[in-house]
Amino acid sequence: MPNGSLTKQPNLDQWLSIGADGRVLVRTGKVDIGQRISTALLLIAADELDVDPARIDIATVETGVAPDEGITSGSNSMEESGDAVRRATATARKHLLSLAAKQLDADENALEVIDGLIRARATNRSVSYWELAGGKPFAIPVDQSIKGKDPATFRHVGKPATARGMADLVTGNATYVHDMTMPGMLHARVIRPPHYHAKLKNLDDSKAAGLAIVRDGSFVAVAGVDEYAVVKAAERIAAAATWEMGKGLPDGDLFTSITANERISLPVIKGIPVKEPVPPLAQPPKDAAVTHAARYERPYNMHGTIGPSAAMAIFEHSKLTIWSHSQGIYILREAISEALDMPVDDIKIVHTIGAGCYGHNGADDVALDAALVARHHPGTPILLKWTRADEHGWEPYTTAMVMELQASVDKDGKVLAWSHESYGDTHNMRPRSTGNKSGAARLLATRYLSSPVPPPVAAPSMGHHVGIHRNQEPLYNFANQRLVKNLVRGLPLRTSAMRTLGAYANVFALESFIDELAEAAGLDAIEFRIRNLTDERAVTVVKAAAEALYKTPMPDGRGRGFGFARYKNQKTYCAVGIELSVTEAAEVKLHRCVIAADAGEIVDPDGTAAQMEGGVLQAASWTLYEEVKYDRDGVTSRDWDSYPILRFDNVPEIETILMARPGKPFLGAGEASSGPAAAAIANAIKDATGLRLRTLPFTPANIRKAAMDA
Amino acid sequence: MTISLRINGTDRQIDADPSTPLIYILRNHLGLTGVKLGCGLEQCGACTVIADGATALSCVKTLGEFAGKDITTIEGLATHPVGAAVQKAFVAENAAQCGYCTPGMVSEATALLLRNANPTRAQTIEAMNTHLCRCGSHTRVLKAIERVAGGKVDA
Ligand code: FES
Ligand code: FES
Repeated sequence: MPNGSLTKQPNLDQWLSIGADGRVLVRTGKVDIGQRISTALLLIAADELDVDPARIDIATVETGVAPDEGITSGSNSMEESGDAVRRATATARKHLLSLAAKQLDADENALEVIDGLIRARATNRSVSYWELAGGKPFAIPVDQSIKGKDPATFRHVGKPATARGMADLVTGNATYVHDMTMPGMLHARVIRPPHYHAKLKNLDDSKAAGLAIVRDGSFVAVAGVDEYAVVKAAERIAAAATWEMGKGLPDGDLFTSITANERISLPVIKGIPVKEPVPPLAQPPKDAAVTHAARYERPYNMHGTIGPSAAMAIFEHSKLTIWSHSQGIYILREAISEALDMPVDDIKIVHTIGAGCYGHNGADDVALDAALVARHHPGTPILLKWTRADEHGWEPYTTAMVMELQASVDKDGKVLAWSHESYGDTHNMRPRSTGNKSGAARLLATRYLSSPVPPPVAAPSMGHHVGIHRNQEPLYNFANQRLVKNLVRGLPLRTSAMRTLGAYANVFALESFIDELAEAAGLDAIEFRIRNLTDERAVTVVKAAAEALYKTPMPDGRGRGFGFARYKNQKTYCAVGIELSVTEAAEVKLHRCVIAADAGEIVDPDGTAAQMEGGVLQAASWTLYEEVKYDRDGVTSRDWDSYPILRFDNVPEIETILMARPGKPFLGAGEASSGPAAAAIANAIKDATGLRLRTLPFTPANIRKAAMDA
Repeated sequence: MTISLRINGTDRQIDADPSTPLIYILRNHLGLTGVKLGCGLEQCGACTVIADGATALSCVKTLGEFAGKDITTIEGLATHPVGAAVQKAFVAENAAQCGYCTPGMVSEATALLLRNANPTRAQTIEAMNTHLCRCGSHTRVLKAIERVAGGKVDA
């Protein structure tokens, strides 16, 4: 299969350069956000080129230089950039060997490479990569059909590795956007309205106490040399500002609104929505032994980065440079060019690390905020940071969702009919332009400017397993599937892409429902899954996790549960088993977790395991604790007390089993474990207490409510 | 006004408003940007430093409140064998993803091991519980601390 990144950037020089100084520079369009993509890329390059990984640098990702590989999202980076870098470095090696063969007067097959030194075995003559290609362009295309090395010969791929940059992270030497400094730099903060729809009435400039205020419509920022003086000024200005509050946020019951509001409904066929009428829910088939229905609810959640978003910007000689931790610097550049009415070519965006983002958080918005302030101060670098309250209150959340499932099973446990409807707001509001300022509209500040861009109206995502219908399609072999996505209008909060999009909620519902159905049909839940799976790799993963979960006797008072999915039905297969208990105070205590995953060929096993584990822990946090709260006057989850997340005291022991699949295509892994983890927790609570929980999060209050209703 | 304190082994006279939270002094006056601001509300642990041997949050408490104290930030930890061992153990366990919470975690772990060379799992969890990590590096952090525990300071 051709690699899309290579089709777009076909030249080897766009991916790789060899320095005369013995260094190798690998270019990628994917940014490292703590998922260790740069480590994986350099391990691939080291093996294909036969050079020591320490010689390899991964280039800074910046517009105009880096390959445009879209957004670092969707668990696509290994399949796109990992594969592109493999083909690019394999092409380079072949090319360098043919140059060396001529120079050394030897047969290509009689050459060997040791850390970049090419040696002719027969004559012992040698020439290095740096002598052959140092500082010179390759001027050849990447061979799209080239095969990488035989996995049996790998020295780095698939072996334990220390992540690139780890030493800098643990010593405080890593430079995040937040840590940048430039001569003459001003710190800046934004003063946001109390909620989305409020308009600025009055601002008391004297509160800035001499610092610079930038005001454009209802967009307000303050800038100054001393950061803490800016923080205090922003607080004073905010306290004294008056706002037209307007109608406020809709505050009716959220889950009622989701299935009652106006919506766009589309049937989903094999994971793809079609513009056709939604078929009605059919009567249960005549030979159905059991028909079961259930409704599941997920509230709004936030990305909750530990470091609030930040950006550095400088506007000089009508050109703008932004240092940003955005996941998509090319789309961001276009959106900012629309917002500021500047030519795209006059804007440069340089990726600089931020705290983990887990999707579309405040990173893109803060880049425009910084640019707006920079434009008012030509020649002055502006470092603008959101506060904790800004990030909690203004990031684009992941939408609340409702899932309604119904299925019929015959007396042998065969599923005769299956229906899954998912409801929610959009998962797709990254600042990608489709013309007409649609990119700008997706950046928060534009709607508050004196010539505002109206907030965007979401269209349903029509791709395979995206947005609301991601992982709605069961991987199981069920007859008569009726799948429906519902994009709901008029919901209160701003939403966009967060890790897994709709998959977390859909898998939570689907895999909870599988257990419910198995129980109703009197079948073992794991056996029921295996019986309905035809994909051998799926079965292997389910069996491995089940075996690990059930291998030890379970202490009294505990429960065990299980969940499985293949992310997007085309990426990593992942099964999660959980052992937990529920206290007298209705608190869920996680004890053990087993993860089994098949991620295709694994380049950085420890990095893959870290993604699986991190995915489980983050999902455990969403599942047990998290709900964005709001009222008419705005979002009330503004800090870590009002939006608690998982802490050390509820972290289970984790055992991770990764299937070895050398030579198989990479399968993206970063989002595979979240949905299965949620279902495993729900199913384990059922096992421990007899209570079936269908409304997230599983807080003591929600558990007590379920107990009352039971 | 000038405030005296000791930072990473050097005596400093800081000429700044003593009501400034310490973190802004560390990061902006002294260039110690390894200390991270996560919330500014004493809720997340990212801004942890060691002051007179005990951990302290630096995002609310002021420069004035730290006057006369002996402060070690993440940048100064490596000069102490336990601090260096903790850093090495974090690397060995790959105990960070984005790393934003990491300086605070490393500082907390070092202070814990300095007062108790062999903490139980429960004691470690109690010490680390004020630190938030959104990436889910927790199990690796615990393993890293256990690598150093028991006086195995070379990790
Ligand atoms: S930044 Fe100090 S505790 Fe969060
Ligand atoms: S490693 Fe990212 S927040 Fe802890």
